[in-house]
Amino acid sequence: MAIWIEEDAKVLVQGITGKQGMFHADKMVEYGTNIVGGCTPGKGGQTVELQGNSYPVWNSMFEAIETTDADATVIYVPPPFAAEAIMEAADAFDQIKGEGVVVCITEGIPTLDMVKAVAFVENRPGVRLIGPNCPGIITPGDGGGAKIGIMPGHIHAKGRIGIVSKSGTLTYEAVAQTMSIDEGQSTCVGIGGDPVNGTGFIECLAAFEADSQTEAIVMIGEIGGNAEQEAAAWAKENVTKPIVGFVAGATAPPGKRMGHAGAIISGGKGTAEEKFEAFEAAGIACARDPSELGAVLLESLKAAGLR
Amino acid sequence: MNIHEYQGKALFKQHGVKVVEGVHCTSVSAALDAYDQLQSKVVAVKSQIHAGGRGKGNLYSPESRDLVMEGGVKIAFSKEDVETYATNILGNVLVTKQTGDEGKVVNHLYVESGCDIAHEYYLALLVDREQKSVLVMASTEGGMDIEEVAEETPELLHKLNIDPNAGLLGYQIRDLGLALGLQGAAHKSFGKMLKALYSLFLMEDCAMVEINPLVRSSDDEMIALDAKVSFDENAEFRHKSWDDIRDLSEEEDVEIRAKETGLSYVKLDGNIGCLVNGAGLAMATMDVIKLYGGEPANFLDVGGGANEEQVKTAFSIILEDPNVKGVLVNIFGGIMRCDIIARGVIAATESLGLTVPLVVRLAGTNVDEGKAILAASTLNIHPADDLAEGAQKIVKLIGGDV
Repeated sequence: MAIWIEEDAKVLVQGITGKQGMFHADKMVEYGTNIVGGCTPGKGGQTVELQGNSYPVWNSMFEAIETTDADATVIYVPPPFAAEAIMEAADAFDQIKGEGVVVCITEGIPTLDMVKAVAFVENRPGVRLIGPNCPGIITPGDGGGAKIGIMPGHIHAKGRIGIVSKSGTLTYEAVAQTMSIDEGQSTCVGIGGDPVNGTGFIECLAAFEADSQTEAIVMIGEIGGNAEQEAAAWAKENVTKPIVGFVAGATAPPGKRMGHAGAIISGGKGTAEEKFEAFEAAGIACARDPSELGAVLLESLKAAGLR
Repeated sequence: MNIHEYQGKALFKQHGVKVVEGVHCTSVSAALDAYDQLQSKVVAVKSQIHAGGRGKGNLYSPESRDLVMEGGVKIAFSKEDVETYATNILGNVLVTKQTGDEGKVVNHLYVESGCDIAHEYYLALLVDREQKSVLVMASTEGGMDIEEVAEETPELLHKLNIDPNAGLLGYQIRDLGLALGLQGAAHKSFGKMLKALYSLFLMEDCAMVEINPLVRSSDDEMIALDAKVSFDENAEFRHKSWDDIRDLSEEEDVEIRAKETGLSYVKLDGNIGCLVNGAGLAMATMDVIKLYGGEPANFLDVGGGANEEQVKTAFSIILEDPNVKGVLVNIFGGIMRCDIIARGVIAATESLGLTVPLVVRLAGTNVDEGKAILAASTLNIHPADDLAEGAQKIVKLIGGDV
């Protein structure tokens, strides 16, 4: 078991005929993801070549899910159309299967579009949204697995560490740190760096706690908002598995947006220090340097009798 | 993206949010004409900069830094007053709680009719990240620092979240009006204003609209006496008009240039330049430099698919800062291949004639090829295997204590 995405999950690609969509769909197939086709309105009936095989393209997500019985979709649609792509996928999954996972990679979606899209998805409780502005979700398998997003597949291996993060490359850093102590990953979830997004830290922690494959968790936050503080307080009461944490942005000046739309200290709130303190108060073992995540994780595993 | 008060008020007017008459000016003579035009015994002469605390700020001469006038917002009772205040404001530097010590040069003025104030309130709309909806905040304690109100008397700060599906509902408006103690015509006027503001917020893709103070006039009308409006930059593609109201002089020139080439750059005060892929990793790189005794000179995210040209632009932007004594490149290759980055680094250092120490840490896709390319070059590039080693090396190379 992993969380939300099984190794052999059937995956659709929205925006599969675009440059980004096609490039990453190819990489996903190369990794071993069970891609079953894609959706681009107006290009239904065409096919795309990925790793030497043909994959069908549909005009709508309803058609695509009805035909393929897909479990998940990944969105590489440009910002002006991405929120609608999320809602189309959520509606189709809800009506056809009553469930599904929607992963949105797109960066730069207007915040008020996301307010609308998140409310739409929340009205469909069987549907889970991951992102936007995130690297995606990956469940490494034995030789291949399900890589749904833009992360480099080859740095991962199947294992027992669950990773959840707001950042892309910093997640890869965390993955590399687990590998440096010979630990693989159950599932890695990038929840994204936008102010308004789908799945949050708490839902990821809850799923990792319930997942039998996951034995420890790495949680990577960054400045802005108070999702990390809330997650830490929740974890203290509800998570029994060891958690290791890091927060990026200790040196970020207040009032400046640091790359991610949501990474901003406003009104003196949302600092890295606040978040580290909340982590420590909840018993989360913190690394102040991401290159130390492996060492801190190893200690936590030992303390829990897992090494 | 922030806009000036006078621009915010033009938007308010357009959307039916009540404001008093005012005129935007960029010269003393225009301010005097505005006084004549407004036909108001009392006018407010207001400095226009993208920062709060203008009323309590001070104006300084840009050359001598001598104090010119206390207060960036003045009440004028005569044409002579207008002349004095406009002269003292335009072209001088306004330092407020929010500008930092360097302050901002004031190029724009707003001359506004006076108004009979019965009470001052606070009203703001913003996106609530946690509730994932638009939040309205209101208080009877207008004209004050709202963070202080929230801290000291939270019971006086009223909040309501707007369900994006249902919109702003009648009972919510009624309840909020009553919480502010508004009755009769004032209550009705408040409801009309709040509806107009919510519609403006959605249509204009705002990130925040703050009115402090919102006033109740002596004849029970609710009037926006201030307007702090900021837009969600992600929505720029559907607002062509933003190009016309954007005041580039309020933004860092180098940050604008970086953005144009797809880089995200924020200047800091330290001396170690950083070039990183990914926002989270870029912040972490700064943090680790600091952790090992150095001071980062900037935040720079080259993005997920940077090419050789972007790496070169990134280097030239970093090196523009005369404080930079060394550079740390930290790349975790995903989509971006380390061999391409290595070539970009070499091309950039050669063409820019890099003289400061350079530490390069590569990881991820094609890392071995990337490292081999760097090792084969005759340039003085110091490799590092992980972030901690990279940060320690660069701190040592510029003569710091690790």
